[in-house]
Amino acid sequence: MKSDRVFGLVAVLVALAYIASALQIQTSFLSDPVGSKTFPILIASAAIICGVVMIFKPDVEPDWPELNVLASLVFSVIILVGYAYALKPIGFLVPTAIVASVLSYQISPKPKFAVLAGCGLSVGLFIVFKYALGLSLVAFPKALMG
Amino acid sequence: MDILANLALGFDIALSPYTFLLAVIGCFLGTIIGALPGLGPSNGVAILIPITFTLGLDAVAALVLLTSVYYGAMYGGRISSILLNIPGDEPAMMTTLDGFPMAKNGRAGDALVISGVASFVGALLATLGLMLLAPLLARVAYLFGPAEYFALYLLAFSTLGGIASSNQAKAALASCAGLGIAMIGLDNTTGMPRFTGGNMHLMDGVDFLVAIVGLFAVSEVFVFIESHGKNSAVGIKLGKVTIPYREIWSTRWTMLRSSVVGFIAGVLPGAGASLGSFLTYMMEKSIAGNKGGFGTGVAKGVAAPEAGNNAAAGGALVPMLTLGVPGSGTTAVLLAVLMTLNITPGPTLFADRPDVVWGLIASLLIANFVLLAMNVPMVKVFVRILSVPPALLLPGVTMISFVGIYSLSGSYFDLVLMIAFGVMGYVFRKLDIPTVPVILGILLGNQMEDNLRRAMVLSDGDWTFLFSSAIANGLWIAAVLGFVAPLFLRRFLKKPELSED
Repeated sequence: MKSDRVFGLVAVLVALAYIASALQIQTSFLSDPVGSKTFPILIASAAIICGVVMIFKPDVEPDWPELNVLASLVFSVIILVGYAYALKPIGFLVPTAIVASVLSYQISPKPKFAVLAGCGLSVGLFIVFKYALGLSLVAFPKALMG
Repeated sequence: MDILANLALGFDIALSPYTFLLAVIGCFLGTIIGALPGLGPSNGVAILIPITFTLGLDAVAALVLLTSVYYGAMYGGRISSILLNIPGDEPAMMTTLDGFPMAKNGRAGDALVISGVASFVGALLATLGLMLLAPLLARVAYLFGPAEYFALYLLAFSTLGGIASSNQAKAALASCAGLGIAMIGLDNTTGMPRFTGGNMHLMDGVDFLVAIVGLFAVSEVFVFIESHGKNSAVGIKLGKVTIPYREIWSTRWTMLRSSVVGFIAGVLPGAGASLGSFLTYMMEKSIAGNKGGFGTGVAKGVAAPEAGNNAAAGGALVPMLTLGVPGSGTTAVLLAVLMTLNITPGPTLFADRPDVVWGLIASLLIANFVLLAMNVPMVKVFVRILSVPPALLLPGVTMISFVGIYSLSGSYFDLVLMIAFGVMGYVFRKLDIPTVPVILGILLGNQMEDNLRRAMVLSDGDWTFLFSSAIANGLWIAAVLGFVAPLFLRRFLKKPELSED
C-alpha cells in the first residue's frame, strides 16, 4: 500500500519537474504547429494521472528486502559503479575478478567458490572477448605493461 | 507465385554455410539461454547485441543469429519449467502446470519430448503464417500516414498495458517513463537540446541498448542477490528419453488449435508470447473439461502452452517487420537491433531489402528443424546445463553486459547509466511495474512524436486530422478497447498460480 503511494507521489513530482523543464526548452526559427514542448507535456500529464491513480488505488505491499539485504544491494550498486570507472585505468583482469567474486559471494555466500568463480570468469571472459571476438581489452594497467 | 520466388531467394541466403552456421549457433545458445532460470529471450538477446556488433555482422547475419536465439529461447524455456518447476522465461510459466507434475510422475522424458514437438509445430506453423501474412500486411501498411502511425503506436502501448499487466495505471506510467526518456537529446525537428541538463553525453539521447541491457540483464543480478539464488532448487533427474509416438499423435488437434490461437495472440501488438501460452492453456483446459485432468500432468497440458508460446513468438515478428511496432519484449529488442543497423522496418523493408526479410524467414524455417533435433534427441545436453549455479552464471552475465556496452561506446557514462537502469528495473519489478513498456517507449518515443508533428504540419495544426481516416479511427477504437476491456475481463480470466510443491 505505502510503497505504491510513495512511488505515485514521486512520479507526480518528477512529471511536474519534467513539465517545468519542458517549458524551458529553447524554441528555434524552425517551427511547426506542435512545437518541441507539446509532446513532452502530454506525456508528463498522462504520467501525473497514472501517479494519482497509484496514490488512490495502491496494490498490496511488495515484500521489500530486509535491512541487511538492502545494504548488500546498495553495496553491489556501489561496487558496480566503481567497476565502471576502474575498467579503463586498471585493465580488465583484476577489477573483473574482484567484482565477479563479490557478486558471486553475495548471491551465495561460499567464499572459496566465489573467489574461484571470480577468477575463472575474469580469465575465461578475457580470453573469449580478446581472442574469439577480437575486442581490444587491456589486461593490466598500462603502466605495468610498459 | 511471388512467395516461391522470394523463398528461393531466401533459401539462397540462408543455406550459405556462414548464415547456416550462425543459425545453428543461435539455436544452441538460445536453447541454453531459455533453459537457464534468470535468463529469458529478451535479456538473452539483449546481452548478445553488443557482441554481434563487435563481430561486425551485417544486417542479415545479425538478424539470423538473434532471431535463432529468440526461437531457441522459446524452445528452451520449457526445460526448467518441467524439471525444476521454475519457468525458464515468463511464457513458459504455463508449462509448469502440467510439465512438473508429469516429471514428478517419472515421465520427465516424455514431457520434454512432447513439449519439444509441440514447440516445433507451433513455431513452424507460425513461420509459415509469417510468410503468408507479412507481405499482405506490408501492402496494407502502405496506406498508413502519420496520423495512422501515431494511432498505431498508441495501440501498441495500450494493449501492452491493458493485456500484459495486472494494473493499467502502472503499465501506462511505465510507458510514460520510456517516452519521457526518449525525449532526452536533440529535438529532431528544431535541432534544439531537450532535457539534457547541459550534459554533453545526453545530447545524443539515451541509447536504447544501454536501457535494454540495464533493465533486463543488470536488474536480474539484484533480484538474485536478494533471493540468494534460493530459486535454484535441485529438480528431478531425467531418465532414459524415449519418444511416445502415440501420445504425440493424440495431441495433434491440441497442437494445431494452439498454434493458430498463439499466432493470433502474437500478431496483436503488445500482447506477446505470455498471452499466447496463457490463452491456449485455458482454451484446451475448457475443451477437455474436468475429465481432461489438466494440472495433474497430461500430455495436452504441456503441448498446448508450448505450441501457443512458440506460435506467438513467430506471430510477434509480423507487426515488428511490417509496421515497425513490436509485439513483445523480445521483438522490441530485435527492433532495436534493426534500428541500430540502420534498417527501418516497415512496408518499404519488403520492397527495398527482400534479402533481409526472406533470408530471415528461410533461416527461421531451417532453425526450426535444427531446434527440433537439438530439443528432442539431444535434450540431455541442455538438461546438464541447468546445473550451472546462479552464483557463477549471474556475475558472468553482468560482466558480459559491461564489456558489451563498454565496447559499443567506450564511455563510463553509458556504464553508469546502465547501472542506473538496472536499479530502476529492480525497483519497478518490486513494485510490479512492467519494464517492457519502458523499452517500447524509449524505442518508439521519437517516431511517435515525429508522426504527430508531421500529421499536424500536414493538417496545419488541425487536431481532428488524427481521426480523419477509417484506419486511424479503427486503431483508436482498438487502442481504447485494448486498454479498457481487460479491466472487465480480469474478473473472468485469472492467471493460475504456480503449482505448489
